[in-house]
Amino acid sequence: MSYITGVGLTSYGRHEGSSSLDLMSQAAALALSDAGLQRADIDGMLCGYSTVSPHIMLATVFAEHFGIRPAYAHAVQVGGATGLAMAMLAHHLVEAKVVRHVLVVAGENRLTGQSRDASILALAQVGHPDYEVPLGPTIPAYYGLVASRYRHEHGVTEEDLAEFAVLMRRHALLHPGAQFHEPISIADVMESKPVALPLKLLDCCPVSDGGAAFIVSREPTGAARVRVRGCAQAHTHQHISAAPALSEFGAAIAIARAKKESGVAVSDVRYAAVYDSFTITLAMLLEDLGLAGRGEAAAQVRAGYFNRDGAMPLNTHGGLLSYGHCGVGGAMAHLVETQLQMTGRAGPRQVRDASVALLHGDGGVLSSHVSMFLERTR
Amino acid sequence: MSGGWTGGEAAISYQSCAGCGARQYFRRGFCAVCGSEQLLDLEASGDGTVYATSLVCRAATPETRAAVPYNILLVDMSEGFRMMAHGEADLAIGDHVSASFVRFAGRLIPYFARTNLARTTP
Repeated sequence: MSYITGVGLTSYGRHEGSSSLDLMSQAAALALSDAGLQRADIDGMLCGYSTVSPHIMLATVFAEHFGIRPAYAHAVQVGGATGLAMAMLAHHLVEAKVVRHVLVVAGENRLTGQSRDASILALAQVGHPDYEVPLGPTIPAYYGLVASRYRHEHGVTEEDLAEFAVLMRRHALLHPGAQFHEPISIADVMESKPVALPLKLLDCCPVSDGGAAFIVSREPTGAARVRVRGCAQAHTHQHISAAPALSEFGAAIAIARAKKESGVAVSDVRYAAVYDSFTITLAMLLEDLGLAGRGEAAAQVRAGYFNRDGAMPLNTHGGLLSYGHCGVGGAMAHLVETQLQMTGRAGPRQVRDASVALLHGDGGVLSSHVSMFLERTR
Repeated sequence: MSGGWTGGEAAISYQSCAGCGARQYFRRGFCAVCGSEQLLDLEASGDGTVYATSLVCRAATPETRAAVPYNILLVDMSEGFRMMAHGEADLAIGDHVSASFVRFAGRLIPYFARTNLARTTP
C-alpha cells in the first residue's frame, strides 16, 4: 500500500526572479510540512525536467540544493504524463519496500525564464525532427489536427470545445493560486485569436511559472488517509504521424489496465482529475476514460455534470487551462487538488464526496498515458 | 539512398517490408512491425486523402511566422501510410489530394492540393 501523505503547490503565473530550483524547493517544503516530515525522513526522490534549465542529473542537483541525501533518486521524462508516471513509480517503490517516503517534485520558471517563442519551440520538438518539425508545426497544431479529426468523427463543434475552457475558468475563480482570475464566456473563447484552428487562444493552456510536489509514503503520517488504489500506463506512439488512429488513443488502454489492477469501476469514481492541455484533450480524454459518452462530454458540461457541485466534479482548481501549466508541475497540480478534496481541505472549492478519484495524464500528442485511482480510507 | 523531401528531393519516399508487407514512412534499417531488414525503398505516387487539418495562425520562429497562416495536414497516402505535410487552406477531411513541392522556411516540403476529381463527401 502507498499513501499520498503530503502535498505542496505554489501559485501559477509569473514568479519573476525565481529559478526552476526555487520553485521546486518551495513546493517540496510545502509538501514536507504538509506530511509532517523532515528532510531526513525522505529516502526516495523523483523529479521531472525543466526546459528552461535542462540538466542530465536534475534529481541530484535538486537533492543537493534542497538538502536531502536519498537512497533512491532520478528524474523522469514522459512529457505531460510525467507527474502521474512519477506517482506510479513512487507507489511501486514504496510497495516494494525500496524506500519509505518518496518526495515527488517538479517546478519550472517556464513563463519568465524564457521567451514565449522559445517555449513553443522547445515543446514542438516532441514532433519528428525530419518528418514533422520542418513543416513548422506547434503543439497546438498537433492537437488542432486531433481536434479536426475528432470533430469530423463525432460531430463536436467549436462551441462544444469552448465549454471546457469556460468550465475550467469558472473553477479557477475559486482558487487564489490560479493564473487567471477573470471569468470568460463561450463568446470570449470563440472570439479569441486563432492559434491552430480549430483551436483558438482560449482553447489552449497558458505557459506558467510554478512548482508542485507530493509525498508518497508506506504508511499515513498524519490524518490524511489517501491511498493509491491502482494505476497503469499505455504508450502507443510518439509522433502524431505514427499514431494508430486519432480515435483510438491510449487512454482507453491505460484505464482498462488500471481498472483491472485495482478492481475499481468508473461508476465508483466521485472526483475526476483529467489532463487538459487543450479543450480537445479534455473532451477526448473524458470520453476515452468512460467519464462521458462518446461525443457527449460537452453536453455533460452544459448540464453541470462536471461542476464542483455536480455528479463528477472535475479539476476543481481550474486545470492546466486556467490554474496554469508550468511543465511537469502542471498536471501534478491535479493530484495536489485531488488530495486536498479527498482530505476535506479544499476550502471554498470543497466537493461533497471525493472518496474515490480517477486521475489521468497524457504526454506528447496523446502518446503516453497514465491512469490512477486514489481512495480515501478510514 | 533517397531520402525524399527530407533529403531535399522533390519526392515522397517510404519503405515496404519484403517480409510482412508493412509500409512505413519514417525511414529505418528494419521493419518496425516484424523486425525484418529486407526493406524496399519506394517512391509514393503523391496521391492521398486528407485525414486531418490544422491551419496554423501562430508560429514560433521568424521564418515560419512570415508564412502564416499555413495549413498542416495529415494525409493517408494511397500506398498505405500516413504523413504530415502542408496543403491548400480550404482542404477538408476526406478530400482527394495530390502532392507537389514548395519551399517553406528555407526547405523543400510536400504541399497537397485537391485533385481535379470531385471532392468526396465526408
